[in-house]
Amino acid sequence: MTTLEKLKEILSECKGEDLDITPETTFEELDFDSLDKVDIVMQIEEAYDISLGDNMQLSTVGELIAKIDEAVAAKG
Amino acid sequence: MNEKRVALVTGAGRGIGATIALTLAKENTDIAVVDYAAEESAKETMETLAACGVTARYYACDVSDFSATKTVVEQIVKDFGKIDILVNNAGITADKLLMRMDESDWDRVLNINLKGCFNMIKHVTPHMMRKRYGRIVSISSVVGLMGNAGQANYAASKAGIIGLTKTVAKEFGARNITANAVAPGFIKTAMTDALTEEQKQAMYKLIPLGALGETQDIANAVKFLVSDDARYITGVVLKVDGGMYI
Repeated sequence: MTTLEKLKEILSECKGEDLDITPETTFEELDFDSLDKVDIVMQIEEAYDISLGDNMQLSTVGELIAKIDEAVAAKG
Repeated sequence: MNEKRVALVTGAGRGIGATIALTLAKENTDIAVVDYAAEESAKETMETLAACGVTARYYACDVSDFSATKTVVEQIVKDFGKIDILVNNAGITADKLLMRMDESDWDRVLNINLKGCFNMIKHVTPHMMRKRYGRIVSISSVVGLMGNAGQANYAASKAGIIGLTKTVAKEFGARNITANAVAPGFIKTAMTDALTEEQKQAMYKLIPLGALGETQDIANAVKFLVSDDARYITGVVLKVDGGMYI
């Protein structure tokens, strides 16, 4: 499963509906609130066994994917 | 809500917790009993629950153990598919005057009574969030509001539950998750049965309604707070104390 596919799964579960996302999709259009964002970060951290921190300022799904891939690579 | 709900009740093997579990089961709610003791000790409770025609399962777990509570919540979600209601009832006492209270008395009571609530709420709320529904009721005590000589640890833990409840109500309100506390006064238990008539009379003088409460009085308050009738109530402390603390 690619990072985008996994992210689609996590974001859809959090939203409670099937989301059609691409790397260009912005978080502004997805309209997640602060609780959602914490939930999403925690789910990603659990799924990839990485730590993303609490203060990520990301505007697109693509940026989040890059951040995840970077953290996974750093883990070795 | 007509759909069958699932309630996780801690410390439900016996006492107030068992009465709460049974009361919710009579409302067509499946029950996950979480208790530190071995399952055999809750045999009677489990049989009574099963007789209500609902699914009831027993999970042995120490609520003060963070990773054990995570595991047990995941197992309950796997077994029941969801958790709609969390009742934090598990609690202990280790009464002593503060002068005589040692660190372990303090830690043990705070860990089970207060950290236990945090652990359960922490692990249950992600599931409630995704369902956009949750009812959390934690059992505090009037002692948490008024203090009580000989119960510094217990009173602090029960006051802590109130702060925790109010915060959870604020953080999760947007997800249709309510969080409330029930604060019992003197409730009739094996411990109060052992009191002398003189001691009981002294106790009655403190209670405007002039009698001890029953475990059912507490369960009725919980039943109300998790019902649709209480859908707009969150962050409250409902005293069930016969007017003992006004």
